[in-house]
Amino acid sequence: MNPLSVVARTVCNLFAWFLAVFGIYVIVHGHLTPGGGFQGGAVVATFMAFLLVAHGGRKMQSWVRKELFTLMECIGLTVFISAGLLGMSNTFFFNFLAKAGGLFGSTVPLGPNPGALNTSGTIALMNLSVGLEVVGGLSMILLYMFSGVHPEEPFGREETGHDR
Amino acid sequence: MSWQVHLPALLLAVPLLGAFLAPLTALGGKGLRNTWFVLVSAAFTMIAFLLWTRVGSTGTAIYVMGGQGWNLALPSGMSIPVRILMEVDAFSAFMVLLSAVAALAGALFSIGFMDRFSGLEKFVALYFLMVTGMFGMEITGDFFNFFVFLEISSVASFGLVAFWRDRGEALEAAFKYMLVSTLGALMVLVAVAFLYSKYNVVNMATLGKVIEWGMVEKTALVLFLTALAMKCGAVPMHMWMPDAYAEAPAGVTCALIAVSQASLYGLFRVTYTIFGAFMGSPVIPWVIIVLGVLSMFIGVSMAVIQKEVGRLIAYHSVSQVGYMLLGFGVGLLALSDARAMAEYGFTALKGGIYHIVNYTMYKGLLFLSAGALYYATGCRNLNDMGGLGRKMPKTMVLFMIAAAAIAGLPPFNGFVSKLYLYESTFAVHPILAVFAMVTSVLTLASFVKIFQTAFLGPALKKFENVREVPGTMLIGMSVLGVAILALSLFPTWSVNHLVEPAAKALVDQASYIGAVFAASLTGGGL
Amino acid sequence: MTGNFPYLVVGILFVMGFIGIVFEKNLVKIAIAVSVVEAATNLFIITLGYRSGGSIPVWTMAGSGSSRMVLPTPQALTLTAIVIGLATTALMLSFAMSIYRHYGSLDVRDVRRLRG
Repeated sequence: MNPLSVVARTVCNLFAWFLAVFGIYVIVHGHLTPGGGFQGGAVVATFMAFLLVAHGGRKMQSWVRKELFTLMECIGLTVFISAGLLGMSNTFFFNFLAKAGGLFGSTVPLGPNPGALNTSGTIALMNLSVGLEVVGGLSMILLYMFSGVHPEEPFGREETGHDR
Repeated sequence: MSWQVHLPALLLAVPLLGAFLAPLTALGGKGLRNTWFVLVSAAFTMIAFLLWTRVGSTGTAIYVMGGQGWNLALPSGMSIPVRILMEVDAFSAFMVLLSAVAALAGALFSIGFMDRFSGLEKFVALYFLMVTGMFGMEITGDFFNFFVFLEISSVASFGLVAFWRDRGEALEAAFKYMLVSTLGALMVLVAVAFLYSKYNVVNMATLGKVIEWGMVEKTALVLFLTALAMKCGAVPMHMWMPDAYAEAPAGVTCALIAVSQASLYGLFRVTYTIFGAFMGSPVIPWVIIVLGVLSMFIGVSMAVIQKEVGRLIAYHSVSQVGYMLLGFGVGLLALSDARAMAEYGFTALKGGIYHIVNYTMYKGLLFLSAGALYYATGCRNLNDMGGLGRKMPKTMVLFMIAAAAIAGLPPFNGFVSKLYLYESTFAVHPILAVFAMVTSVLTLASFVKIFQTAFLGPALKKFENVREVPGTMLIGMSVLGVAILALSLFPTWSVNHLVEPAAKALVDQASYIGAVFAASLTGGGL
Repeated sequence: MTGNFPYLVVGILFVMGFIGIVFEKNLVKIAIAVSVVEAATNLFIITLGYRSGGSIPVWTMAGSGSSRMVLPTPQALTLTAIVIGLATTALMLSFAMSIYRHYGSLDVRDVRRLRG
């Protein structure tokens, strides 16, 4: 995939960041407003798609490595399952942080509020981890699909053992 | 409350954790990754065994995810169970146990078998995800989770079937499998939606309690039946099965068999527990019986003409699934009639359930030994093989055990379950038993063919350097081999302790429903 | 009467997707047809969740005012189904891409090495 014209790249450089900011907003407000980890993560992944389309895949690959996204996926998912396991003193996925003070521990005020982020316990934590995971996963899908549309490149230089 | 209460949750959490940490362990090198693979597999097998013993001793286990207590009154005075619920009765526990054994054997085998391939951290992660989905399908207490876990196991297995993506055939098989699976899963979802539209619940036990027999339920039942029969490879939609089973890496196929058994479990959970006694007409049981007979016969006649080892064995899977459908269909036919149930229905059910465990064990072993042949010789076609018995004696012995079991030679375990099926189906209609016997004979014929061509005969020159497969692969195969021998040597024990509790739990609709209302919900005023 | 229009749309979409899966020859078009069936399913569940007069299921607004909160189960189901659908579609397109590499064609009539 070749880079687009300089106009498209400039516009993308300017406006893609709004996508990222909006996606992160959706992720961190996941427990308060419609949306959440997956939706926000998908928006942030759109940011990656913008960069990929505007600047071309080669440049993108020189900026970020696929291992980074794998790591993001792993960390997100591990935090998610650990949050479930830590509630095991009661039951699996028990919301042990809610109303306990501390991290995400305050109670939600009833009625309209300006966004009480420090509430709802593990739900907020899980939204964050799912957001991280989805950003990593979708970006990785985009990058792999990009490397798939170039038949002249070897199928994955790092692979061995196949093609017996 | 002992820690064992958490076993149903642990059963899902451990393989999930294994999947999520697998890419991280791969950073520590090959040894660490393989250790992790074995450790997690052993852990979930252990948990499955503990769960099975616990359910055997204390009865149906209920687990409410994220609930604040065991006797949870739902907020806002609502008596509809909306929480995520796990319900493990004896039948679920039985399925979990045998799936875990198959998955463990596949994992052990894969270590040696997949050794020379890269991307194994993803392989391990997908493998564990598939196992999670499989367990989830078997222990879940509500339909929507059933759909979710069905999709988890399916999506993970698409990736695993296409793991050798340098082979176009593997991709083709994966695409076919994916199309059938996705369509099936969406049909399950539509069926769930139909039931939800009328009753506003997705919980299995609650549905079983309130369900009536109307148009909506008929639609939902037909959708469930079609989708799950597609997923477990019954005949009109069986074509994905030989492709996917033959093209997937052998260790994966061993676990895929257990996954298709989980779909079968879903089919019987729907027909027995949800609809059960409400289904007065014999149409659905007869549909299942006819599907079973067709699968048996068409599967085996396709198998006889195959030349590739993997495809031949995979076509036998179609025919073996037919046996189980036959047994369960006859059981379902007798469900509303207590006399018929005592006379032949329960025997058929026992035969079907016993055949599930037998099938999973010996079919897994057959695929693993086919994989071992491929690993050692590099060829899939039977016509190119010969004289391997001298080079690979241990593989040959294990293959012999599995082949004798699948063909139903006495005293192997396949004989016992088939005998139950012959006996009971004869009481319904003699032609069913005749079909079952003919299938058995053809099965024997085709396995004699594999054994003859691959292992016997003069040693071929091109196989001079062939050696016995590595130890880990042999251990994986031996797990299943030992299981088959144990089931064969102690048939009375296995029928009394493995099969009968499961069969009783399956027909006892009231206790499945009652357990949920007794354990986790106050005010069951539905 | 008009309340049933969404179900009509669901039915039409479902049949369209199904016909696409059965009769289309191009793998990418088959993937699109699967997505259409998915969309029909999701629309079906969302339609089932509609209650006239119900209010949105937001925790902080529950119990305020006279309107009653709808049970958000169908919405939750749909979100999950959408996520799963995304994974399936992505994987299906990747397979189509890889198949194109091996067979040089996306036509199902050419992608037929496994038979019998």
